[in-house]
This record gives sequence, C-alpha cells and structure tokens, in this order.
Amino acid sequence: MKNQALSQTVQKLGPLLGLGAIVIILSILSPNFLELNNLLNLLRQVSINALIAFGMTFVILTGGIDLSVGSMLALGAALTAGMLSSGFDPILAILLGLMAGAIMGALNGFIITKGKVAPFIATLATMTIFRGLTLVYTEGRPITGLGESVAFELMGRGYFFGIPVPVVLMIISYGVLYFILKKTTFGRRVYAIGGNEEASRLSGIKVDRVKVAIYSITGMLSVLAGIILTSRLNSAQPTAGVSYELDAIAAVVLGGTSLSGGRGWIFGTFVGALIIGVLNNGLNLLDVSSFYQQVVKGGVILLAVILDRKKAS
Amino acid sequence: MNKQALVEMKGISKAFSGNQVLTNVDFDLLPGEIHALMGENGAGKSTMMKILTGIYERDTGTVFSKGQEVQFKDAKEAEKAGIAVIHQELNIIPYLTVTENMFLGKELTVGKTGILRMAEMKKKTEEYLSRLGIDIDPNIEARELSVGQQQMIEIARAIAADTDVLIMDEPTAALTDREIEALFKVMRGLQEQGVGIVYISHRMEEIFKMCDRISVLRDGEYIGTKVIKETNFEEIVKMMVGRDIGERYPERHVELGPERIRVDKLSHEKKFRDVSFSVHQGEILGVSGLMGAGRTEIMETIFGSRKKSSGEIWIDEKQVNIRNPYDAIQLGIGFITEDRKDEGLVLDLSVRENISLTNLKRISSQSVISKTKETELVSKMIEKLRVKTSGSEQSVKSLSGGNQQKVVIGKWLGIDPKILILDEPTRGVDVGAKKEIYQIMNELTERGVAIIMVSSDLPEILGMSDRILVVHEGKATAILDRQDANQEIIMQAATGGNSHEKSGS
Repeated sequence: MKNQALSQTVQKLGPLLGLGAIVIILSILSPNFLELNNLLNLLRQVSINALIAFGMTFVILTGGIDLSVGSMLALGAALTAGMLSSGFDPILAILLGLMAGAIMGALNGFIITKGKVAPFIATLATMTIFRGLTLVYTEGRPITGLGESVAFELMGRGYFFGIPVPVVLMIISYGVLYFILKKTTFGRRVYAIGGNEEASRLSGIKVDRVKVAIYSITGMLSVLAGIILTSRLNSAQPTAGVSYELDAIAAVVLGGTSLSGGRGWIFGTFVGALIIGVLNNGLNLLDVSSFYQQVVKGGVILLAVILDRKKAS
Repeated sequence: MNKQALVEMKGISKAFSGNQVLTNVDFDLLPGEIHALMGENGAGKSTMMKILTGIYERDTGTVFSKGQEVQFKDAKEAEKAGIAVIHQELNIIPYLTVTENMFLGKELTVGKTGILRMAEMKKKTEEYLSRLGIDIDPNIEARELSVGQQQMIEIARAIAADTDVLIMDEPTAALTDREIEALFKVMRGLQEQGVGIVYISHRMEEIFKMCDRISVLRDGEYIGTKVIKETNFEEIVKMMVGRDIGERYPERHVELGPERIRVDKLSHEKKFRDVSFSVHQGEILGVSGLMGAGRTEIMETIFGSRKKSSGEIWIDEKQVNIRNPYDAIQLGIGFITEDRKDEGLVLDLSVRENISLTNLKRISSQSVISKTKETELVSKMIEKLRVKTSGSEQSVKSLSGGNQQKVVIGKWLGIDPKILILDEPTRGVDVGAKKEIYQIMNELTERGVAIIMVSSDLPEILGMSDRILVVHEGKATAILDRQDANQEIIMQAATGGNSHEKSGS
C-alpha cells in the first residue's frame, strides 16, 4: 500500500515537475523571463484562464464538460459593460453581471439534468446561443465608454500591495474552491457523482442539484474572467472569449484530472493553467511566431497526457 | 432409444479459478426431442451449454456429436457441426432487413467480388420462413418486428445453416402469450423434422407442456434425467432444491414489535402489480422468486429510485410519499443493492469516503466535514463489521467481495436505519463472511430494525426469514410463515406451479 501512496504522490507531482522544467528552460533561453515584472504580468494573463479552468475542474470531476464558458464570458461582460455605460452603480453592475453568469450556468445545468442532454451537446448549443445573444446585444460592436469608476478599473488594472487585482481574485477563488472541494460535503458529492453517479443517487445525493450548482459556479467564474478582461481593455468585445474553453479544458487535463470524472484536483488545474501561461509568455519573449506557438502548445498537451497514461498503466 | 444421439456429453467437469462449477455432469439429446435443462440460478446450465458449443474448454469428460467425439474450439466450429444457440439477447441488427439479417456474415455473392446476389437471398429467405410457417416480409427492417418475430428470424437463420441441434436459453422470457404459442408451433415443426432442442427455462408450465425429457442440475452436479410423462412437478422441484440446511444460519430469538412498514397494492407500469406486504420491527421478511420476477424492482420502488404507478407505503402507521432515495433515507430506509460495483460503491474512492457517502450530514456542520467525526464513524464501522483493510484510506476497488459488501453495509448502518432492504446480500461472498453478515442482520433485528431480504438462495431465505414473500412475474404469489414454508412450496409459488396444477388437472 505504501507503493500505492508513493506512486500517487509521484503522479500528483507530475504537473509540477513539468512546470518546473519549462520554467528552467525558459529562464535559460530568455533572461527577462524571471523578472518580477514579467512574472506578475504572466500571472495576470494566467488569471483569466485559471478562473474558467477552476469551474471547468468541477464540471469535469462530475464527468461533464462545458463548452459554453467563452460565450458566457462574452455575454456576461457585455451585459456588465452595457450597465456601466448607461450609468449603473459599478459594484451593482458587476454583481448583476456575475449573477447573469450564474443564471447562464444554471441553464446549462438544467438542460443537462432535467433535459437529459449530454453535457457536450447541451453546452455546444448554449455556446452558440450565448454567443449569438452577445452579438445581438452589442450589435456586433465593442461596448466602450464604461465610465471612470475606480471599482471597475481596479478589477483588471488595479494592484493590491503590488499584486495585480486579477491575480488576487484568482488566488481568493482558488482558496475558496479548494476548501469547498476538499473540506465540504458538496466537494465530496462532486467526487462521488463523478466516480459513480448511480451509487451516489442511491446514497441519497441529489445529483441534479449538485450538477446545476456546478455549472452555475462555472458560469459565474467565466463572467468574473470576462469582467476582468473588460476592465483591462476598457471595453467589452463581442468576440471575447472565443475558444477559451479549449485552454480551460487543457489546463484541467494538464493538471491530471480525469476526463471521465471522479479523479482530479484543483491544485493540478492551477498548475496546468500556469504551464499554458508560461508557455504563452515564454514563447512571446523568445519571439516565436504565434502560429508556431499553437503547434508547441498542442504538442505539450499531447506529451503531458501521454506521459500521464503511461504512469496510469 | 436406439436412435443415435445428436449430442452426448459424459462426465463433464469444469472449474473456474478453483471454483468448481460442474462436477461429472451427463447430458444427451436425441433427434426430434425437446430436452429441458433445469436448475436454480448458478446451477451450471449455461456453463454446460457453453462447453458444448466450444465457448469454454472442459476440464474432464467427453462430448460426442452424432457419434463422433468432438472438441469445438469456438462457437463457429459448433455451428458448422450443426449446433446453434438462440440467446436471450438476440443477434439482430435493427437497421438491416430480414434478408440481410438472415445472411449476415454468409452473404451470397457473385464469385469473390463482394457483389451481393440479392434476389437469390430474398428467395431463400422466403423459402426458409415459409418452411417454418412464419409470415414475415423479408424486405422490412428488423426493428419493425416484434421480439418474437426477431427470434423467429434467428431460428430461421440457424435452420438455414443446416442446424439440427438448437439450444434455446429462456426463449419465452420476453414474449407475449401469443408469441409463445407461435414459437411452440415452430418448435413442434422442427421436432418433426428431426431437430433436437435443448430448452433452458425456469417455467415449469412450459416444460411440462413442451418437453419430452428433463435433466436437472444442482450446484454444478448432475441430479438426474426424467421422462416428462413419468414424472411430476413435485419430483422435479425436489430434485432442483433438495439439499440440507445445516447450521449455516445463526439462531434467531427476536420478539416482533409493532408494524414498521406496510406496502399496499404497490404497482409499477411494467414490472409488477398490486404487491402488498408488511414488516414488523425486528422481523426479517425474505423475498423469493426467480430472476426477472420483479423483486429488485419492487425494492427500488419502495426506495424511490423507481417510480410507482399506484399504491401506498406506510411507515409506523403514517403514509409516506417517497419521491427519490433522499426521501427514503430521511425516513430511515437503507438499501443494500444487488449490484455492489455499479450501484453500491464508488470504486475509485476509499473505504472512508464510501462509508461517509450516506452520512455526510451526520459528520458535518454547516456543510464542512469534520475530520474527527468522519474518522470516528469510519473506524467504528470498520471495527464493528470487521472489514479487512490496510486502513480507511484503502480504495474499495482492491477489497475482496465480502469486504466490499461489508463496506456497503457500513455505509447504511451509519444512518441508523429503521428499515433495511438487502438485495442478494451474500452473492459473491465467501462462507465465512456470509455468516458474519447474517449475524449483523440478527443484531439489527434485535434493535428493532425491520429487514427485507431479497435472495435467490433458497436455503438462505428459509434459514433467515421470519416470513417469506414469493414473487412470480410481477405478482406476489404467496406470503408464508417460516414454519409453513419449505423449498418445494416456495419453488412452486415462484415458478407459477400453483396455476399449473389448477389449469393442468
């Protein structure tokens, strides 16, 4: 049994070792990489994908998938920006935007549980619907003129004791979600549902309710990422967040969470998001063309998953 | 009896990883004979047939096909020798036509080109179907046919391949009365053509109506072969179940308390109707019946994981409305399911996490799990049930069957159940663990828990129950006190034997 525990630890360390290796290589290739400024900048870039990927971790742990995160991000951001530009109180606008995200996510959850639609299909459809609604609402144009509100500017551009606010938000979210997953009955139910949905149902777990909650959390986190993005750009783009679901899923998988559900951890997702962020940042520093960047990123994901498979077998 | 046997099996033995499933079994089949093979679930009927058709290799014994000693390597070879099986699950491809299904894998082609000779295949299909006296259009897709008709296609396919030994495994299980009649007509026709049929079924009525001889297996042993006309129902049942109940069951001295649960005319759209019974505090109600009789479905409905169509459930004299398992658990009902791996456990999780699963409220406050309370609960259960683990963190996947079952029981003992439903509680559990499970059941009844135990193991039912409910095809056919019950009476009620006597004499 000791061996089992040991191999589990090794498996858990895998993503971290991978991250370390990439960091070392990049710091050798590019002396600028390890500068504090660059690292803070990197973390800020990572925060958007990380927030989405945290939600995605819950979804994937239950054996589901959410393809609509990028569209929820865009619609939530557009709604928030719309409210800001028409003079809403900024804090109220942000809260209403987050609520819209929770409602969009809950809708996903209801379609999946009550409509008994496979998560892939359900969120593929809502991805298109939410994107369409965003285009309708924005008339296909960016929303600008978001006012001079400090609270809103802080979301994307502010600092908290020298740390970018998006990074602070990411760390707070991580802490809360880690606690939920590890220490609460809700977290336990998430793992149980992913491991064996029928056994969970027969153990008195209200599976549908848990799933709706999970998709709802994911919607809210996506919109939070969207608001950060809007604040950084000082405008809401109708095409924001396109294909963000892929980076989020990649982060979850790189972190070692099983796509079939039941096994995984949110720390791994954090590391996975960092790996993707470090690659993006480092390849930029090295002046690698964005076309090649995609090839490298895809290759790394493939390599990580293959290594994971090898360990598992 | 001077006709040469189509099939003769002598002294067949077979063990799976040390577990003896067949010991020195004989069987033979004559041309034009319908020969029933009978025995309880797990008696070795299907293993026997799988050895005949080459799916399993025999350990000892000989098999003759038309006088020749044979050892088929696989089902294909057996088919070539004229032995075909009609399985319970049909091998019909729904989106292909009747003709295409008939010739699946042996299509007639122009030379080796792969070009199909459709017209000829269609003509042949019509020919075979009419020879069996079946009226089915060869051009329609198989999914438009009823189950009975699909079965006919399979039979026709077997006959087309010059089959003279047909093995039918529970062929009537999914058929309507009218389809059964049609099937029997076809079987009679085949019989006249000299085809021998091995007929595996639990239904006494059908066997006595259709078969010429019957062979009985029990626990992998050959009990005997009787000519149907020279035997009777009681004798067959005795052959099937006649075994001693030793001291395998702990003694029970429990004073029954007031009524704990009453089920009144509970019905399900398809699976069962008008099932009524009650269980008192401290009582064990055994539920007996054949596979597929609806026992598990009744329990699932009481537990709220299956929707009832009508009927009432009363607990402690109050009518209750159970919409889902959550409601059932709130009312103090625990359900140890038949299928440990699919319904009882989350295999990837640890012993600790599995035991906690039903008790999350109890071990947490404000939704935050208390490690102390969890450890306390889990170690209490591990100790009480004597689960053999390397620790509470061991994953349940790596436990033995008996220990897995104990974890499932531990999961439910945590909720302090008022009513505990156990579905096949000792299946796949070794003898030692079995007795421990019985002892746990006894302890629970001493504390006033009402137990409903579904089991296919008749000695277990007789050894543990205070009263016995027998289910046959979705209906409760008998409720017996233990002192009035024996295996013959239960089997009779479980196979619909009562109605056979009434309508048969």
